[in-house]
Amino acid sequence: MNVHEYQAKSLLAQYGVAVPPGGVCDTAEAAQTIAEGLFANGERLIVVKAQIHAGGRGKGSFKSGFQGGVKLCKTAEAVRETAKAMLGQLLVTKQTGSEGRLVSKLMVAGAPDIQKELYLAVLLDRSLSRPVVMASTEGGVDIEEVAAKTPEKIIKEAIDPAVGMMPYQARKLATALGLRGELLGQGAKLLLGTYKTWWECDASLLEINPLCIIRTRDGKEALQAVDAKLSLDDNALYRHPELQAMRDLAEEAPLEIEASKFNLNYIKLDGNIACLVNGAGLAMATMDIIQHFGGQPANFLDVGGGASQEQVSAAFKIILQDPHVEGILVNIFGGIMDCNVIATGIVAAVKETGLKLPLVVRLEGNNVEAGRKTLAGSGLTIISGGSMAEAAEKVVKAVGR
Amino acid sequence: MAIFVTPKTKVLIQGITGGFGGRHTRLSLDYGTQVVAGVTPGKGGQLFENKVPIFDTVAEAMKQTGATASAIFVPPPFAGDAILEGVDAGLELVVCITEGIPIADMVKLKRAMAGRTTRLIGPNCPGVVTPAEGNGSQSGCRIGIAPGYIHKKGHVGVVSRSGTLTYEAVWQLTCRGVGQSTCVGIGGDPVHGTTHLDVIKMFAADPDTHGIIIIGEIGGSAEEEAAEWIGANCKKPVAGFIAGATAPPGRRMGHAGAIVSGGKGTAAAKIAAFKAAGIGVAPTPSEMAETLLRMM
Repeated sequence: MNVHEYQAKSLLAQYGVAVPPGGVCDTAEAAQTIAEGLFANGERLIVVKAQIHAGGRGKGSFKSGFQGGVKLCKTAEAVRETAKAMLGQLLVTKQTGSEGRLVSKLMVAGAPDIQKELYLAVLLDRSLSRPVVMASTEGGVDIEEVAAKTPEKIIKEAIDPAVGMMPYQARKLATALGLRGELLGQGAKLLLGTYKTWWECDASLLEINPLCIIRTRDGKEALQAVDAKLSLDDNALYRHPELQAMRDLAEEAPLEIEASKFNLNYIKLDGNIACLVNGAGLAMATMDIIQHFGGQPANFLDVGGGASQEQVSAAFKIILQDPHVEGILVNIFGGIMDCNVIATGIVAAVKETGLKLPLVVRLEGNNVEAGRKTLAGSGLTIISGGSMAEAAEKVVKAVGR
Repeated sequence: MAIFVTPKTKVLIQGITGGFGGRHTRLSLDYGTQVVAGVTPGKGGQLFENKVPIFDTVAEAMKQTGATASAIFVPPPFAGDAILEGVDAGLELVVCITEGIPIADMVKLKRAMAGRTTRLIGPNCPGVVTPAEGNGSQSGCRIGIAPGYIHKKGHVGVVSRSGTLTYEAVWQLTCRGVGQSTCVGIGGDPVHGTTHLDVIKMFAADPDTHGIIIIGEIGGSAEEEAAEWIGANCKKPVAGFIAGATAPPGRRMGHAGAIVSGGKGTAAAKIAAFKAAGIGVAPTPSEMAETLLRMM
């Protein structure tokens, strides 16, 4: 699960990580009020940031024509006007796809006087099975680019989960970031707080980019987390009701939400051949084999290792709601479950939905003969596929690609 | 010989009285696996299906029955504890079927297991099967949730992260009259006990295994690590398949570990590593067995 920038920053702040002062709002008037408070507190420049779960907001553009999902303002009135232009509008960035995302919340915060931009992240190192804190002096840019061009500028520190991040590790990283004098202690504290946020929230990724060295109003240097991205481990959400409450359903595809209600794992893709498969590995492999024969998968859909008749029926209804679907491939390896139960579920779902699209079914496994008989005797036009390859070829041919 | 387990391995089930655990225990018993004990705290002294004794602790179950391996079917919040109980009791093998264990629990658990001799397979895996000679490979050792009857005793080792894709490969082999030494599902989570490489090394050393199918998927770099070792050390023919070439980056494809993030863990990189190591890459998942058999 992903959370918004403002939510990530409020969590970081709870762990002692400095973030720019500000607030979140959903009306232009509230944006103005926050801005007035910030100006009264001595801020000179304010930034208005659209809150969506996608990167590239600054360079994005609204479908209304308004440019930029991150805007600097010098007056509270300008903040109000900017907020008015962003709220209720669709923001398109390089990560949203052409349909864009609806902006319904804004973050209004002080825009600091930035001296230098750094990068900081905490994530899991899968090959070590340990958390790793990653930092770079090259902040404010795409870290994947830094990793590709100048990998030596990325420094990593693996954390022993038995003791957590030790202060010496934080000092080591802070030093490598070029922090000296007062900033060294401040940086170490910020690093420890960031790691603690990651660990205690059961996060899978926490990224602060940029982490900024700013000049404060009294002319000193200080550190501030100017942008933050936080992804949480779905498996651990059960023990964090306060984090579960941060879920924003508006950020998730409606069909994916619908699928999750039936314990189905559905991800919408751009193609026209829907697939319904049991098991994640087989579901991915089915998408791959569709493409191998020249087709394009419309979705990933795993009905689980032991799917029930109800789940198969719900799965059919979900894939049929995608208007781009022109054909369906069902690929079930019924190891333990009865193929005839699945076949009965398919026949019921086809009748119930009045399916007109070409349907190819490949059934294999337990009681498969009875299952195939059920399909053949249903009076429905169901194309039978023997192997995965045969089934994929047939469905690609049936949709005419 | 097979690896990890033989038809003689005595197995205990942690979580035997749960619906899921109970169902698969019955299937293992039907298959002829030596399920000698169950563990459910508070239900010690009872019998499962009137024949398998239930104990309160793993240590007690081992002492009374001589079990050396366990299958874990307990819910995610308690699964980490169940694994460490098995480790502490000194089981040789712990196979954790449970899906949905928090990553942090697995990180801590792996740290706690450092230096211990217990081998952990999983979590979020279909388990291990060593087929035997009976009809439908009956009397083999089935630990986990794989369908027993699709197997056949023989000399191909299969290792995979995914359950149904393993069954697919096994079924392709069996339908061609080719049997398996042992089939291992290592699980789809980002942090797990046994890696592709661990299993490959064991297959390479197992005189009963003459060829290997390795099935991987997007995410992480475990397939690349296994491929590098195979290229340098493995004399046996190896065929492979990587699932997820069409998966969009940044999305988790069902398995918690199946995600391309930061440009890492792509199918293309894994396939390239396979090819560089001399692994025969199946062009489609339909051709996993064919690809290996052509090499053998």
